[in-house]
Amino acid sequence: MYYDKLIFEISTEGRKGYSLPKTEIERREVPDHLRRPDCPGLPEVSELDVVRHYTNVSFKNFGIEKGFYPLGSCTMKYNPKINQDMANLPEFAGLHPYQPLDTVQGMLHVYYETQRMLSEISGLDTFTLNPYAGAHGEHIGLMIIKAYHRSRGDEKRTKIIVPDSAHGTNPASATVTGFESVEVKSNADGTVNLEDLKSVLDDTVAGIMLTNPNTVGIFEKDILEIAKLVHQAGGLLYYDGANLNPLLGFARPGDMGFDIMHINLHKTFSTPHGGGGPGSGPVGVTKALVPFLPKPVVKKTSDGYSLDGETDLTIGQVSHFVGNIGVAMKAYAYMLTIGKDNITDIARFSTLNANYIKESLKDDFLLPIEGICKHEFVFDGLKDKSTGVTTLDVAKRLLDFDMHPPTVYFPLVVKESIMVEPPETESKQTIDKFIEVMKAIAKEAKEDPDKVKGAPYNTVVKRLDEALAARKPIVKYKDLLSE
Amino acid sequence: MKTPKDLYYTETHEWVKVEDGFAFIGITDYAQDSLGEIVFVELPEENEQVNQFEEFAAIESVKAASDLNSPVSGVIVAVNEELEDNPELLNEDPYENWIIKVELEDETEINKLMNAEEYKEHCE
Amino acid sequence: MHKYMPHTHDDVRAMLDRIGVEKLEDLFSEIPKTLVHKELDIPNSMSEIELREHFASLAKQNTPLIPFMGAGAYDHYTPSVIRHLIERQEFLTAYTPYQPEIAQGTLQYIFEYQSMICQLTGMDVSNASMYDGATATAEAMFMATGVRRSKKILISATVNPNIQEVVKTYALYRDIEVITVNEEDGQTSLDEVKALMDKDVAGLIVQNPNLYGITEDFTGFKDALDEHKGLFIMNHDPSLLAHLKTPASWGVDIAVGDAQTLGVPLSYGGPYIGYMATTTKLMRKMPGRICGVTKDQDGKRAFVLTLQAREQHIRREKANSNICSNQSLLALFVTIYMALMGKKGVYEAQQMSHDHAHYLHDKLLELPTFEPAFDKPFFKEFTLKTTLDVDKMNDVLKEHGYLGPLPQKRFDEAKADLVTFAVTEKRSKAQMDAFVDIVRGLS
Repeated sequence: MYYDKLIFEISTEGRKGYSLPKTEIERREVPDHLRRPDCPGLPEVSELDVVRHYTNVSFKNFGIEKGFYPLGSCTMKYNPKINQDMANLPEFAGLHPYQPLDTVQGMLHVYYETQRMLSEISGLDTFTLNPYAGAHGEHIGLMIIKAYHRSRGDEKRTKIIVPDSAHGTNPASATVTGFESVEVKSNADGTVNLEDLKSVLDDTVAGIMLTNPNTVGIFEKDILEIAKLVHQAGGLLYYDGANLNPLLGFARPGDMGFDIMHINLHKTFSTPHGGGGPGSGPVGVTKALVPFLPKPVVKKTSDGYSLDGETDLTIGQVSHFVGNIGVAMKAYAYMLTIGKDNITDIARFSTLNANYIKESLKDDFLLPIEGICKHEFVFDGLKDKSTGVTTLDVAKRLLDFDMHPPTVYFPLVVKESIMVEPPETESKQTIDKFIEVMKAIAKEAKEDPDKVKGAPYNTVVKRLDEALAARKPIVKYKDLLSE
Repeated sequence: MKTPKDLYYTETHEWVKVEDGFAFIGITDYAQDSLGEIVFVELPEENEQVNQFEEFAAIESVKAASDLNSPVSGVIVAVNEELEDNPELLNEDPYENWIIKVELEDETEINKLMNAEEYKEHCE
Repeated sequence: MHKYMPHTHDDVRAMLDRIGVEKLEDLFSEIPKTLVHKELDIPNSMSEIELREHFASLAKQNTPLIPFMGAGAYDHYTPSVIRHLIERQEFLTAYTPYQPEIAQGTLQYIFEYQSMICQLTGMDVSNASMYDGATATAEAMFMATGVRRSKKILISATVNPNIQEVVKTYALYRDIEVITVNEEDGQTSLDEVKALMDKDVAGLIVQNPNLYGITEDFTGFKDALDEHKGLFIMNHDPSLLAHLKTPASWGVDIAVGDAQTLGVPLSYGGPYIGYMATTTKLMRKMPGRICGVTKDQDGKRAFVLTLQAREQHIRREKANSNICSNQSLLALFVTIYMALMGKKGVYEAQQMSHDHAHYLHDKLLELPTFEPAFDKPFFKEFTLKTTLDVDKMNDVLKEHGYLGPLPQKRFDEAKADLVTFAVTEKRSKAQMDAFVDIVRGLS
């Protein structure tokens, strides 16, 4: 049966779900002029009420452990259990961030070794784990670019180049760092158009943000030429690490000429997405940019690990403490489990999976870009456009088969985009099942298009009225009561 | 797509209707159709100055956000406050539901706008 | 073969045949030869047994101390239930709720989270979380300067210096000027706010309780800001809002803070969770995800991400924030905490923090080595002046397994004799007595 109660709706006056020790210490009152006169309207529920409520709420979610999750540019790989166990160890989880250094050497080892391995894997000199997420990493990376130019007295560099296929976060990051973003066009295969790039490169360009492979899953084969052109113009290259998975052990952004990058530990390094965080977005830089890293920096000295707060050129502090270190612990455990002997297989098998699906479905779905892709690729909706069945309809129909749909309507350069990313942890059997379902939906779209347009049928709720939610926003329980 | 003959149009899909020295300004049928379900209009205040081809309001649909640019310059004398509670009126009839009324500063500015025929071509 | 990768030799052969290439390496032929990397300098793979041993040896190099320090990270109790629930795979392994029909679980708890944050702060609308309290404060600055189309903001000197630093870093690269409002006897100077405010200033950032633990009195602040249409931004510890006047009742426009105090483990500083809440008037200017109620085709109540036109993936270069989803699982964490503690528990737990903090405060003042630094009300964190050598004291405390108070000289050399203690409901009378005994032995 469908459970539709809110925690507030099972609240019963007088119940409680907590226990506190008895205390003989005298009770004191908060001064009247600072005291809240009323009581916040939190629920009153027993411990079992809470456990049962959130267990039932969880049943309304789809996670990786339930089924295939080929969400493009999100790298929904298996999240190993052992990583979770390691991060929960009380000797790590119980540390206060201001504990003396000699009491946290194990934790700092994890921080230092994680950043060192990321540096090795990506070919950059040093990483900071302080950024909390990919978007935070972009913000910080762009601050470093700005600080670098400013430190040279080069104040006129106000522009960041972003390809038209980029994620919306890239131009937004440029804006919040006080840059203007300039779009460059893509070629038909989604790669950067070199002529268009040349036309925007001048001494006002601070840098360029690229993903490689790009958002349609194609490796920028001209990357060395792009790097040369941008560097010649005095700009820096920023690598958006969203698509790092298919390069692991094969090619390194640092070797391609990138100066700065961020990595999403929650994508490439298997830490759980958590329904949208916590993630972690470590930022790596070349040797020349190390002085600009945000503080504090973890360093290895002859006396063990230290936290360094004072460097002249640092962009400053970007997090209250040292970032989501609890997330980095899971990535560290993952890297040790994979090791150098297996890391290249991640790239191989994720790329194999993607190309296999692409070749298997291209008779039914429109493939705008032919050729070998990396870990993901994009279809432009169904091949047969006469049925009126859209990408949204296909995605919704997939829900009925216990599969998470691919990313849809991104990148914007492909109108009816279906972006498929089958990570290396998925078996041929799972992928064959997905291919079978996708073919069945394509067939159904021809034979009974309205059926597809009416999907989903087997989910706890059907298609939602998004306009209603935005026109008359109900954003808290109290609003529901006054409705 | 509707494009009434008595209106003038901008490249950014706003329309203007001139009456006795006043200009009524709204968005076109093409604009409402490409935005989809409109959920919010951020209206300016009365007595604010607007300038030709400069931003005067913002509009949001479920999937997009867009700034609106004024076809003409002048002072805003009225704002269609009905849109605050019922932004969907712009989907229902974009030409009946104007957004702002402006006291026209310079009637020759109209010459920089498109007529219905030209606008139709622009949209194709 | 590796346990995380299921491909057999036969699978690979069949898949390559379908693709029409000979070998796996052919899938990488477009990568320039000069870029292909030989071997990485990282360790060989470990089995689970080896990994556990490795972590056990690292764990031995950590010594969790019993904290008598807060400074932005507080040792409140985490009920057992929470960990068990948030590690359910349905919550843990899901992505952002882009397909609402199969993400009603995530969306519902976000809605409950928003509702509870609004109950605590008194504000009209909350987003579904920020990275931490410091970055939430910086984002509030962006929001205020955006709304007011201004390039200046005031920040009180009594805001935790790390938060001030983060705000200033965010401001620097966007050419926003951050002007410090000086303190007066441990509180934000209202006279200075009045003197510094004008129509070009977007607003004021304060923190409550502040860096000394003082619960400030903000009477008169709202009027001073209103005069110049300035926005009032308050960073407030949410766990204390069952006791203290809400940000809304002080007239705050944007309430932010770190919700780590709602039972989130210390974890060496992260992951924590920032919160942000605002008024209905500013709702569409707030960054971050917001969940709202709607109906499905059958008229059934359902939840969905809403007001998305505010966000970076739609506004791109016109966005005023680049924040995407973040800390969602921590939003669930604190939601479950607030549900368990409920109407009375948040109050009772923090009453205990309050009373125990006052007990320790009074006990320490009985020693000849301590005297009050300010004569101001505090809650669970308080600042004293000491004649002891602070570093030596903390070294001795460490040897006994305690994390001593925060030396204020960490932030300001001039405050060499000020130390700030924090006490939560977890610090028992016996612990505090033992702690005081150690300090008593010092001279």
